[in-house]
Amino acid sequence: MTALTLEPGRLRWLGWAAALRAWLFLGFLALFFEAWARIAYGTSFFGNGFNLQSIAVFAVAPLLLALGQTFVIISGGIDLSVGFTMGLAAVIVAHIANIAGDAFGPVTGFVLAVLITLPASAVPGLINGWLVARLGIPPFIGTLGMYGVARGAAYLVAGGTSVPVSNPLLAGLGSGSLLGVPLVVLVAIVVVIAMHYLLSQTRFGQYTYAIGGNREASQRAGIRVGRMTLMLYVLSALSAGVGGILYTARFTAGAAQAGEPLLLDSIAAVVIGGASLFGGSGTIIGTVIGALIIAVIQYGLVFVDVEPFWQFIAVGVVIIISVIVDQSQKRLGSWVVRHG
Amino acid sequence: MAEGDADRSGPLLEVKGISKLFGGVHAVEDVSLSLARGEVLALAGDNGAGKSTLIKMISGVHRPDGGEIRYRGEPVDFPNPQAARDRGIETIYQDLALADNLDVGANVFLGRELMCRRFGFLPVIDRKRMREEAGRSLAELDITLHRLDLPVRQLSGGQRQAIAIGRAVHWQARVLIMDEPTAALGVPEQRKVMALIRNLRGSGAGVIFISHNLGDIFEISDRIVVLRRGLKAGERRTAETTPDEVVRLMVGG
Repeated sequence: MTALTLEPGRLRWLGWAAALRAWLFLGFLALFFEAWARIAYGTSFFGNGFNLQSIAVFAVAPLLLALGQTFVIISGGIDLSVGFTMGLAAVIVAHIANIAGDAFGPVTGFVLAVLITLPASAVPGLINGWLVARLGIPPFIGTLGMYGVARGAAYLVAGGTSVPVSNPLLAGLGSGSLLGVPLVVLVAIVVVIAMHYLLSQTRFGQYTYAIGGNREASQRAGIRVGRMTLMLYVLSALSAGVGGILYTARFTAGAAQAGEPLLLDSIAAVVIGGASLFGGSGTIIGTVIGALIIAVIQYGLVFVDVEPFWQFIAVGVVIIISVIVDQSQKRLGSWVVRHG
Repeated sequence: MAEGDADRSGPLLEVKGISKLFGGVHAVEDVSLSLARGEVLALAGDNGAGKSTLIKMISGVHRPDGGEIRYRGEPVDFPNPQAARDRGIETIYQDLALADNLDVGANVFLGRELMCRRFGFLPVIDRKRMREEAGRSLAELDITLHRLDLPVRQLSGGQRQAIAIGRAVHWQARVLIMDEPTAALGVPEQRKVMALIRNLRGSGAGVIFISHNLGDIFEISDRIVVLRRGLKAGERRTAETTPDEVVRLMVGG
């Protein structure tokens, strides 16, 4: 027998670089705003509990959209409809909490509202998944169509205006806190832990990566790629649905446009967190860092008194730079494979 | 093992008078061959001679229009490639086999992950055991990887081919079909894959191997079946023939 010895890869550091990049960026931003606060106002930015809490609350909605989006992007797809799926959920939960609250009391009203809103928010995801997995429509187009459909549905359900919440439990979820941590942040942390487990420790997560890495090989290995794709879009919609419920709780009103500016933020969080838009890579921890980066940029710019519209420009620039860095790392990687 | 070997003495795979028509034209006509355990059978022939059509009938991609395929003593009729794979007839494709972003263990166990319980109740994927078992399986084919926790993207084409073959053997493939396995590889990598195919003999699997390269064919095959224009032009024991004779069979005359 002839022994075949295979060399170890020399590109291990490239994998670390993607994750490291997000941490470094967050660290850089932290130092930047800390320095600004000390020089301009003579106070600490991060030493201030109110600032930290505000950043965490700020990050919740984009993070929830980004968590489901992480799975979809890793599998090689994209979900452009999450913003209005969130708006739809925000409006539905407000309506049902009010109606069921009047009929059965606040506790039952709150429980019913959550139990009905979650499956309802899964519907756009089911349709997205069906379009992409069964009809073979490119995710960009299928979910863009659903963006319009969910938007219209959300405004119709809302009756063209925002829906104020009269249910005290739902409002309490938005304003309450436990040991100084806002409840909405606690809910987000629980969802993060569940999503991290699902992505990194289960077959579902493993197949998400496999489909993004090589769809054909996944199919040949017996993975039911179509069913997985359907479930991925449902997961994304559910994640956005939780985001909608927390939005309504926080602002004590459901609004169809709740998630409108958050689509960009959610994709930015996933990409800044080290996921590739070509699929196959990404982590929940990375996405959490990405969402924190965006929240720090947005809150930090308000803190240093820059006109709020600069936030959109800053996030847009950061998303483009992240993709450029990701692509040049890939090019460097394949160059090393060919010439190294 | 999925099923007992009822008939260990007979050939592993027998193809009898098989034919395939595409639009009234015979792509393969009345071809017979047999493959024994631990044997490497080379399929030679010019472009369009019917080599690919023949192996696609064996692997369940095409259904034969005539003739019979017997596998381990029984007649078989595979409706699709999955059915053939489930019975242990595996085709190794260079690009379709592996998920580049997953490590060696995850690729070998793709679709059949090993699980364990953390904290006594939480089911998690057992990456460590998948790597260890994948490493052991590859070691049986004399493939040594220093690290099993790297995404296979970081391995060379020959290494990935080795992992795809190792996976097939791990999951009890009995017939391995390889269409130009060395085509996209550099010369040192070609040598490694050839050595690996030789090592496969020891695993008891039969190998059907298509190649344009007579050097490769003569180096590792036990027998050579030559096709020409869909017909079987000849069959020789590799030890008893010469490249000249095989070329004559391929081009006719």
